[in-house]
Amino acid sequence: MTAADATVRSPEDEPADEPVSRPGTTGRGTAGRPTRTAPDLDRWRGRATDPEADRSRAEEATPEALARLRARSRALLRDLLRPHRHRLGAAVGLLLAQNAAAMSGPYLVMLGIDRAIGPLRAGDSGPLVAIAGAFAAAALTEYAARRGFLALSARIGQAILLELRQRVYGHFLRLSVGFHERYTSGRMISRLTSDLDSIAELVDGGVDSLVLAALSILSVAGILLWLDPPLAAVTLLAFPFLFWLSRWFARASAGAYRRTREAVALLIVHFVESLRGIRAVQAYRREPRNQRIFAAVNDDYRRTSLHAFRLIATYSPGIKVIGNVTVAVVLGYGGTRVLGGGMEVGVLAAFLLYLRRFFEPMQELSQFYNSLQSATAALEKLAGVLDERPAVAEPARPTPLPAGPGRGAVEFRSVSFGYRADGPVLTGLDLTVPAGQTVALVGPTGAGKSTVAKLLARFHDPDAGTVHLDGVDLRDLADAELRRAVVLVTQENHLFSGSVAENIRFGRPGADDAAVRAAARAIGAHDFISALPDGYDTQVRRRGGRLSAGQRQLVAFARAFLADPRVLVLDEATSSLDVPTERLVQRALATVLRDRTALVIAHRLSTVETADRVLVLDGGRIVEDGPPDRLAGADGRYAALHRQWRDSLH
Amino acid sequence: MPAESDGDPAHPADRARPLRNLWRFRPYLRPYAAQFCWLLAAALAGTGASLAVPLVVQRVVDGPIARHDPAGLVRLGGLALLLGLAEALLVFIRRWTQSSSSVGMEAAIRADVYAHLQRLPPGFHDRWQTGQLLSRVTNDLSVIRRFLSFGLLFLVLNLVTYAAVVVLLIRLHPALGALVAASAVPLFLISRRFGRYYHGASRRMQDQRGDVATLVEETAQGLRTMKAYGRGPELATRFGAGARALHDTGVAKGRLLARTSALFDLVPNLTLGVVLVAGATAAARGALTIGELVAFVSLQLMLTWPVQSLGWIIANGQEAATAADRIQEVLDIRPSIVDAPDAVALARPAVCGRLVFDRVSFHYPGAPTPVLREIDLTVEPGETLALVGATGTGKSTLLSLVPRLHEVTGGRITLDGHDLRELRLSSLRRLVGVAFEEPTLFSMSVWENLTLGRPDADEDDVRAALALAQADFVYKLPWGLATRVGEQGLTLSGGQRQRLALARAVLGRPALLVLDDPLSALDVHTEALVETALRRVLRDTTALLVVHRPSTVALADRVALLERGRITAIGTHSRLLADVPAYRAVLSAEPPTPSGAPTAPAAGPTTLHAGPATSGAGPATPYAGPTRPAAGPDERGLVLS
Repeated sequence: MTAADATVRSPEDEPADEPVSRPGTTGRGTAGRPTRTAPDLDRWRGRATDPEADRSRAEEATPEALARLRARSRALLRDLLRPHRHRLGAAVGLLLAQNAAAMSGPYLVMLGIDRAIGPLRAGDSGPLVAIAGAFAAAALTEYAARRGFLALSARIGQAILLELRQRVYGHFLRLSVGFHERYTSGRMISRLTSDLDSIAELVDGGVDSLVLAALSILSVAGILLWLDPPLAAVTLLAFPFLFWLSRWFARASAGAYRRTREAVALLIVHFVESLRGIRAVQAYRREPRNQRIFAAVNDDYRRTSLHAFRLIATYSPGIKVIGNVTVAVVLGYGGTRVLGGGMEVGVLAAFLLYLRRFFEPMQELSQFYNSLQSATAALEKLAGVLDERPAVAEPARPTPLPAGPGRGAVEFRSVSFGYRADGPVLTGLDLTVPAGQTVALVGPTGAGKSTVAKLLARFHDPDAGTVHLDGVDLRDLADAELRRAVVLVTQENHLFSGSVAENIRFGRPGADDAAVRAAARAIGAHDFISALPDGYDTQVRRRGGRLSAGQRQLVAFARAFLADPRVLVLDEATSSLDVPTERLVQRALATVLRDRTALVIAHRLSTVETADRVLVLDGGRIVEDGPPDRLAGADGRYAALHRQWRDSLH
Repeated sequence: MPAESDGDPAHPADRARPLRNLWRFRPYLRPYAAQFCWLLAAALAGTGASLAVPLVVQRVVDGPIARHDPAGLVRLGGLALLLGLAEALLVFIRRWTQSSSSVGMEAAIRADVYAHLQRLPPGFHDRWQTGQLLSRVTNDLSVIRRFLSFGLLFLVLNLVTYAAVVVLLIRLHPALGALVAASAVPLFLISRRFGRYYHGASRRMQDQRGDVATLVEETAQGLRTMKAYGRGPELATRFGAGARALHDTGVAKGRLLARTSALFDLVPNLTLGVVLVAGATAAARGALTIGELVAFVSLQLMLTWPVQSLGWIIANGQEAATAADRIQEVLDIRPSIVDAPDAVALARPAVCGRLVFDRVSFHYPGAPTPVLREIDLTVEPGETLALVGATGTGKSTLLSLVPRLHEVTGGRITLDGHDLRELRLSSLRRLVGVAFEEPTLFSMSVWENLTLGRPDADEDDVRAALALAQADFVYKLPWGLATRVGEQGLTLSGGQRQRLALARAVLGRPALLVLDDPLSALDVHTEALVETALRRVLRDTTALLVVHRPSTVALADRVALLERGRITAIGTHSRLLADVPAYRAVLSAEPPTPSGAPTAPAAGPTTLHAGPATSGAGPATPYAGPTRPAAGPDERGLVLS
């Protein structure tokens, strides 16, 4: 840590840490949650505009919400277990068989000593052979049953994990862009890795100890009652204490593990984000500060885990205390009764022996309970995600788009939209784009251009009003059909790991190599792709690390070209291209766009000039509308922009 | 999808010594050495107490009760109670210490791995996916923590118990005892075989877990693209394959563990059977009393649990070993860009800012062709030089060499005559202000994002930088500069992000500004404002800009044309525009065909190039480096695509 880093100061205008609810941010006014973290940790993160930035909607901090979530996570667990109930039954059967075989071992030894040695002295090896045979049979049964049980339970456990993993992943895919912007990738990663790992811990071990322990506790309880009811009644006195201790642990550990899950999520968010932006981190010598933040989240995670571990470190010996005290009490009471002649010594001895076997499995049960609590906390987080309804939901009964060529008419009917309740971006926007028209959107930053694009691509649904494609409300379109018809290309050109060809094919998975190449050729990407080490089969490393931003944009264009939609929405999609390449793309687009609808957002007017129509947007309203040459001639904003742009060229 | 593993030292490090990497973590144990001794003592004492309690109970039953001695009952009963409480207390002490030392160790290793990752250059991070790294600092570390807190302890306890019981058995009856001792041989063989197989499976599972994390990370990154194309089903299939692979390995591992655990049950049972037969025979012959046999067998039964748990402990140990391998693999990668031993720091006032590229070459590791070839370039103090070139010619790469995000592979770059490699990294990066093509914002407050490079900046500095970058909009955010932006906070437009990144670059008052296409996402109006402001800064700062548009080129005093990793022309914008056709082709604002009428794309290039007669470095360019030969048809294509 450098000296400079030690003198970090925070801006004076930084608001204090107390929860503040801004009027109208959301319906729920509780912006702040109790802060566990160091003040510094909260300050660097800044204040989220959405008070629910850190969690799914179901995870409110109220006790009722917690109880609801817990119930939901238990329901999820039951739901996951249900398809496996037959296999679970078989597993329990195997476990019982194993247990019976294991129990018969010592018995057979005693039998051997009592019954076989005598005859053997007399020269009769029959009983010994028989008992040895029975012993071998029991050992082999135990082997087979144990092996079968362990393999089967691993299968069940893994199947449940697979199902859960896929279910949560699939749900994340269905949730809207708005949700993901709020929830962040780091937290999504945390849910699908760390949380699932802690459920895997429960699945990996635990179940057999639960069944065996429960089994032996029940059978021993029966034996105790049969041996001596008064002493058994004394033993029962331990139960209220056990119950009380367990309830304490249940409550305390539920909260503790919940905090652990939250702490590890923060750690993962910081880890993933800072390493993803490592170039900026290193170029700006951010490492020491990052290290301190990491140390803080890491320490927070350490403290929360430590707290959880200390709870079980208290609970488990606590049970031991209750068990051992009960043994002592039974010894005293039983001893007194034996002294008084009310009881046989042998019975007391047997009772005490069994009593120990009664409390020992409780240790295992407490371990199991601990894993269950930890897994439940993780399950709660997952249940919270699964509970989240997609804000942009697929219709139950989708309307098909009218068939036929030359379609792609777009209509915005008095559309209002805002990302936050207090900040409307569009208010009552009306816009009709006939099929086949190329419309350019211009206007200052924050005018709502990208919002129009996002609404048309149905990343969000309008707060009021409707968006129609060929007369069909976008909300009534099946997702697959909508995506076939409308494609949005933005500045953000994500390339998935895989080859260049695979990335282009993302636009139309069924396309053959020839179609992929044709798309690349049309957009002018063929030459650079061919020059790559493996041509189209070149692997784009992690987020296309080896391609330049311009090259990535070209690949993204080829992808959109291949997708061949009715409506193409381009949001600053050519900003990283050099002039000739951009021109090439434009020329290709001119061919492509001739018979389809296009909405183009570009800061460079060279792109705008080729449009059929220009819309100037300001403050969420259309302030100018007309063909580019006419607007350029008039005395409006577009004309001003146009002049400025002309001047900038020289 | 296989793990991205280049840049990775030869995979599983040392087959012969699978625990080597785990052993290398011992420095992290050192602070807890005393604690570990304590908890081992507590564990042993606790085991002793738990064995003593039944003995005492036995003596109570045999002694005072049988002898009708109430005082004795109270005495020995109290002793049993005390022992019971002591046992619980010892367990409590063990678990309590255990938890603090194990999570402390885990956190310490994690912090060190993170520090190491921050030192590794971007080249490493390009190759390694964050998901793989993440699974190492979360899951792998918790496996190690579990082994160090439970597995290791029980391994020691169980081996001690085993040895002690076997010694007792041998003393009780040497022949039978030797028989029991001999059962250690099959146990050892099973363990070794199991360990070997399980090692592979465990490593595979951890790698696959990393792959799944990578898939998730990638999905999160490409979420909008996925949404835009409606490719959810395809991604779900892809994820399903990864999750299925993990499932299959998990099942295989479970089967392996099931077989071995069952064997660990079978061997003691069979030994017991043999002892029974042999013991009964001996007893029948009178070589052994029945009492001795009973004692022997009861003692032998105490071995069942330690042996049974061996399967679990070995599995845990193997997992910890492979997890340690995976973490050490990362820790073993030496950062390639570090301070030289005698590196010097330059003070900001002492820097004039003369930046010289001296025959600089660069190629990415493993790439067949160099990106930059023998670049010779001088940027005089206070001068602004723009780099112009077609997409993918290495402009951004060239810029990344200045703050040493990548290291030159040939030649050298000097700042005021100092080779950059002779400067302290922190000093160099303090002198250089960078804005990348893709503005990186973190989910932190605006303030924190801006002061990334200058945590000591005060409010006036920030205000000035924001004004310059026309980024005053941040004051209007819901919480002003305290608003969280970036992924998790407010979603900013491309132009807004770019302006914040620019403000960040100029905030450090750097001696050297390195800006990669800094105004590409701005609208014309804002661009003009930023340009005017930027011009003031650039007057006395040496700057290297990558530029795609003629409007931005106006900021530069001179322009260098980069083609295929070489500088082919250098001069003022107007001269290059007049004399160098290739430059004109890359930067000319005039559309090649007047109406923008659709032409076949293939026909485009030829109209842009004036032909070989005017190609190459014209006489007007002061550039003295290797001249570019007449443009062949392939080069023509390169310029344009």
